[in-house]
Amino acid sequence: MALFRRARFVRTRDGHYRVRLEPEERALLATLPDQLSSLLAESSDPGATATSRLFPPAYTDDGERDAEYQRLMRSELVGQRLARLATMRETIDATQLTDDQLQAWVKVLNDVRLILGTLLDVSEETSEALDLLDPSAPDASQRVIYYVLTGLVDEAVTALSGGLPAPTAL
Amino acid sequence: MSTLAPTKPDSEPDTDIDPDRPWIVIVWNDPINLMSYVTFVFQKLFGYSLEKATALMLDVHRKGRAVVSSGERERAELDVFRLHEHGLWATMQQDK
Repeated sequence: MALFRRARFVRTRDGHYRVRLEPEERALLATLPDQLSSLLAESSDPGATATSRLFPPAYTDDGERDAEYQRLMRSELVGQRLARLATMRETIDATQLTDDQLQAWVKVLNDVRLILGTLLDVSEETSEALDLLDPSAPDASQRVIYYVLTGLVDEAVTALSGGLPAPTAL
Repeated sequence: MSTLAPTKPDSEPDTDIDPDRPWIVIVWNDPINLMSYVTFVFQKLFGYSLEKATALMLDVHRKGRAVVSSGERERAELDVFRLHEHGLWATMQQDK
């Protein structure tokens, strides 16, 4: 393994992002939109625990108001997620992304992390420990994907942070 | 300290119902969202400086929660929605 790996997302002078991924990394990412979209399609089913983390309650002390929030906002939250999946499908082979496109990627990757993290029961302790990568675990492949996506999100966010506008609030 | 008894107001102000109390938006700690990602989202959504966004993120991480914005109910609800859209665990309640 190379000691120093080149950055996979690099902000260019014109405000775009150069994407340098290995073919197997792209192949993995290309599988995510279809998987996530079928999970989203089932997300309003009563037993859909995997995606529960994507739709938190807004009001914890007022069931009536929360029901109203869910009624109004849930389809909007699903719609925005489907739009990001479409962006990622269209740009999956791109070597350069706009700021909006890379943000769409990051949110897709993070949604998949939230789902996998829920399924793997990731906790504050396990999230930083190497036992997440135990190759003998029955869910080893999910753990590897979670680990890979974690690195990609972190790198992409670091690149995107360079493109944030100047602060507007104290 | 004065020895004079304080004059008692005619009626106690009603503290239970105050529609003007601001709503606060709280982000809760979770073990999945990355510290770098949470800091980025706070900067992007609220226009906070890196320092302020990092301080709020560390409050979430260490104390379990942080108030990230406050205001009228509609405004707070929009902020909660934008945080949910980014996968953060956000709730809102009227300030006590």
